[in-house]
Amino acid sequence: MIRNLQSLMVAYLFVWAIFFVYHLTVAQRLARLQDEVKRLKEMLKQV
Amino acid sequence: MDKRTRDWITSLAVAALIAIAGYAALFQAPTERTMGLIQRIFYFHVPSAWTGFVAFLIVFIASIGYLLKRTPQWDWLAVSAAELGVAFFTVVLTTGPIWAKPVWGIWWTWDARLTSTFVLWVLYVSYLLLRTLVSDPERRAVVSAVFGIFAFLDVPLVYMSIRWWRTQHPQPVIAGGSGSGLDPLMWRVFLTCWAALLGLMVILLRERYRLESLRHEVAEMTIEVERRVGDAGSLSPGKAIR
Repeated sequence: MIRNLQSLMVAYLFVWAIFFVYHLTVAQRLARLQDEVKRLKEMLKQV
Repeated sequence: MDKRTRDWITSLAVAALIAIAGYAALFQAPTERTMGLIQRIFYFHVPSAWTGFVAFLIVFIASIGYLLKRTPQWDWLAVSAAELGVAFFTVVLTTGPIWAKPVWGIWWTWDARLTSTFVLWVLYVSYLLLRTLVSDPERRAVVSAVFGIFAFLDVPLVYMSIRWWRTQHPQPVIAGGSGSGLDPLMWRVFLTCWAALLGLMVILLRERYRLESLRHEVAEMTIEVERRVGDAGSLSPGKAIR
């Protein structure tokens, strides 16, 4: 019954790790762009 | 209800569905007689592939939409869906070998299903790489749209490969004709898992699309800053943007 439990756990770990890392990269890119938008808005107020 | 609250509620609902799906796949679904526990990979391996197909279908439709309408929103949708399709197929290509090793005795074989799936993944990675090579946004969108339509041709090939050729990969258990089929409880768990992954795809797609629209906003604002600085004539655009 317990045979291959380790492989099953590794597979499930990979599934969620892939989605988590992808979500993290999108969130990081979004944060960077939001900072850029804020900076450009301030710059537009000045010029 | 404002958009932010609605987004939060959707995200919480999808998180709950993912938790239910995970529980159902691990504890509720019956254990398959010949493969045992390892067969439970099926509940995320196959729905990931189906969700990936949906993502690539969105790329296909959005690419046609862009070529017909030439509005950037279609291009944003296409690239967002392409990235997600690659993520879902990365899951498929990772969980497949983990399942194959104890069942087939090998991690990988170049049969029609595995090869066409790998080619599909490479095609959409190429789609994303191609976009980085073209700097003009309009040209990039056109080239990507043509490539997005072409790449989709592999999707039916992947789906039909186990029906058309003899493969190491098992014959279809869903929509596979007489002699195929799933236990009703397995079928319900499978559908729950697919619904959870589709929900996840919608949330990630929304986020990724927002990223693309922000990119566009930054590009527009940068041009505007450069124009104003140029008009003022006192600062160089490079200095102003830095």
